[in-house]
Amino acid sequence: MPTPSRYWREIPQRYRLEAGKCRNCGYVAFPPRLVCPACKAREFDTITLADAGKILTYTIIRVPPQPFVDQAPYAMGIVELDDGVRLTGQIVDCDFEELKTGRRVKIEFRKIYQEGESGVIYYGYKFVPD
Amino acid sequence: MREVAVIGVGMTKWGELWEKSLRQIFVETALLALDDAGVDRIDSLIVGSMSSGLFVGQEHIASLLADYLGQTPVPAARVESACASGGLALRMGFIEVASGMADVVLAGGVEKMTDVTGNEATFALGTAADQEYECFHGITFPGLYALIAQAHMEKYGTTREQLAMVAVKNHDNGFLNPLAQFPFKITVDSVLNSVLVADPLRVLDCSPITDGAAALVLCPVEMARKLKKPIVKITGSGQATDTIALSSRKDITWLESTFQAAKKAYAMAGKKPEDIDVVEVHDCFTIAEICVTEALGLVEKGKGGKAVEEGLTALNGKIPVNASGGLKAKGHPVGATGVAQAVEIVKQLRGEAGPRQVKAAKVGLTQNMGGSGGSTVVHILERV
Amino acid sequence: MEGIVGYGASIPRNRIKVEEIAKVWGADAPSYRKGLLVEEKSVPSPDQDTISMSVEASKSALKRARINPREIGAVYVGSESHPYAVKPSGTVLAEAIGATPEVHTADFEFACKAGTEGMFVALSLVKAGEIKYGLAVGADTSQGAPGDALEYTASAGAAAFIFGLENVIAEALDTYSYTTDTPDFWRREYQYYPQHGGRFTGDPAYFKHIVGAAKGIMEKSGLKPADFNYVIFHQPNGKFPFRVGEMLGFEKKQIEPGWLVNKLGNTYSGSSPMGLTATLDISKPGDMILIVSYGSGAGSDAFVFRVTERIEKVRDLAPKTRELLEKNRCYLDYGTYAKFRQKIKKAT
Repeated sequence: MPTPSRYWREIPQRYRLEAGKCRNCGYVAFPPRLVCPACKAREFDTITLADAGKILTYTIIRVPPQPFVDQAPYAMGIVELDDGVRLTGQIVDCDFEELKTGRRVKIEFRKIYQEGESGVIYYGYKFVPD
Repeated sequence: MREVAVIGVGMTKWGELWEKSLRQIFVETALLALDDAGVDRIDSLIVGSMSSGLFVGQEHIASLLADYLGQTPVPAARVESACASGGLALRMGFIEVASGMADVVLAGGVEKMTDVTGNEATFALGTAADQEYECFHGITFPGLYALIAQAHMEKYGTTREQLAMVAVKNHDNGFLNPLAQFPFKITVDSVLNSVLVADPLRVLDCSPITDGAAALVLCPVEMARKLKKPIVKITGSGQATDTIALSSRKDITWLESTFQAAKKAYAMAGKKPEDIDVVEVHDCFTIAEICVTEALGLVEKGKGGKAVEEGLTALNGKIPVNASGGLKAKGHPVGATGVAQAVEIVKQLRGEAGPRQVKAAKVGLTQNMGGSGGSTVVHILERV
Repeated sequence: MEGIVGYGASIPRNRIKVEEIAKVWGADAPSYRKGLLVEEKSVPSPDQDTISMSVEASKSALKRARINPREIGAVYVGSESHPYAVKPSGTVLAEAIGATPEVHTADFEFACKAGTEGMFVALSLVKAGEIKYGLAVGADTSQGAPGDALEYTASAGAAAFIFGLENVIAEALDTYSYTTDTPDFWRREYQYYPQHGGRFTGDPAYFKHIVGAAKGIMEKSGLKPADFNYVIFHQPNGKFPFRVGEMLGFEKKQIEPGWLVNKLGNTYSGSSPMGLTATLDISKPGDMILIVSYGSGAGSDAFVFRVTERIEKVRDLAPKTRELLEKNRCYLDYGTYAKFRQKIKKAT
């Protein structure tokens, strides 16, 4: 079991979608980075990402990794948020036949998985139909 | 820079090798390559392995394998670039010989994947994706390629049947390869009716879990001539990276690392896509072969599915892709795959490929990819 | 004057019908329907728990309050199903809404009145001038033992309230609490399901405490049933709130807008608070609202609220409770419900 530190240090991103915006060129890095991949500048402002967007592509995971066994089958997608940033995450509360490219979704706070029966519970963002 | 030749190749039967350990699988294969080259000592060992730590709990395998190959105290290094670890081992061996740092280099790859459960193997393979921003949310490798497949189908009209045809073609070829894990034929229907793994991908769209190794002996062309061996020269080597997370790509359907690595390899070899006679590509999933043939410039962007449907990439087609059976039928012991691709190309260029021999093959290309395309290694080999 | 500045609710999309549960246990569904006045109940998805629903309800409350979350001085979560036995739900909530680190946080537990407990304390701290804003949530993913009468009603949901002194949408005119030691329902440490005293949960428990608290607050504030436009009582089933309303002299129409239990089930700590969010959704400036919770053990908290003009401005800024109850429902069979609620023994 990993120590909780690995999860804990990503909390600003997972709970609040905090990203870094390049002071030079405006590139938005999620998660935040130390150097801008677009212009190589190193100064960023902390911003919060948009809380809604649209599905770019999707799939339904039928054979999940161990911690997700109880949730399978579940839909996952790459979503382009309204500020243009793209995230990978689960799409929940959506019947599989209603999954569609371009469909509007919004961010919800959900349990992602838990470290066995006695470990830390991991929370973060998922997408639900808007 | 010195010219580099492949003078020995080795590969044993791949599959679920319950009775063999990682070291045994590797050493057996390496000995075949040494025997094929007619040498009994090497100056350096490079081995590609993605995750021996997670699969068999063993790191430090470069030293372990040099030891069990009876080659200590030679320098040995393990290289890792996820599923492209084998291709990277070849490239590192090539660089070492070309630079003059070593004369005879054994470049191999190995993965022993069946000592862990399916779930654990899924996890180990998943470590090639972004742990914190992809895997954390429950994505799997079939899932990532399914995301690519869905986007490719919507953007270019690639059909579910065309995906299936990639698997069917590669099994047709694998049927002719006695070392393949699954040397049998399948049909489009059997792919379309196989169990869903990550929609739209089904289990017969996916490469399997495999134990296996592959090895190459490299030396300067000058030395190869003295050994009076059939000479296959490595004329191009390219390697490139792309974003680790699929979501960060501008175009989810486009494998930029493959395009960039190929561009470098083509330039180095002075070749164009139409000069290539036989190709081994990284068909970890059916959609991957479609996207790779596009990024390599073998077919037009968006036409990868149509190409397989029209038989362009079949064994008797205009540009045979994965004559060995590919990862799909031959198997995919991740760290060994990139090396095995070169083993197949050397056999093809030597005219030793038996019933799956591509006629008059003079120039071959290998493309080995890590993760969802976060890394690619491309090599061009030529018979002289 | 102190009062509510923002409110919000969260309801999982899954439902299970009384018939589906009765079928498995060979029980007579029509008599349960009639006896409990409950048709179906909400069920959390495997990825929903008290914390996740608290965050969603609180995000809606923040949308209505339109305040800077850093100005929230207290975050309280009341629940009998906190995901951790040790590690406060409130810490996750406070972090998720951006209220950390300068904030007082605590979890409350008092069977079905843990939500109003948090509301009482948050409101009191605001009134005392200790904090600018206080957030209190009542949330539960309650569990009844398989086959037990509670299984037909124990459901999931959350309601969140932000209290403050300015820009209130409902002024808190009075509060009153009524508590005794009455062991009508409990769950011992390390036990998965609660136990209850059957019919003992009625007269000496639910009815005595709600009547005591309702009478107490009306006497204290000089109000009578006819002075209220709406009244919300804890809803362990459909019948009890109407019966206790009758005992106190309230009419059905005062109760109905906040009566959600027939389609929602008993959300325990979320029950009366969600009745309040549903009532605020339809109330007009000047409306008087009485809410009386009940928590086994036992106790009741009562509040008198007077709705202000501001309700019209904020009502539509977040989803309404009855909309959440109606939209995007997904009906489960008992097998899926049992899987979602971890009632199936698996290999470990």
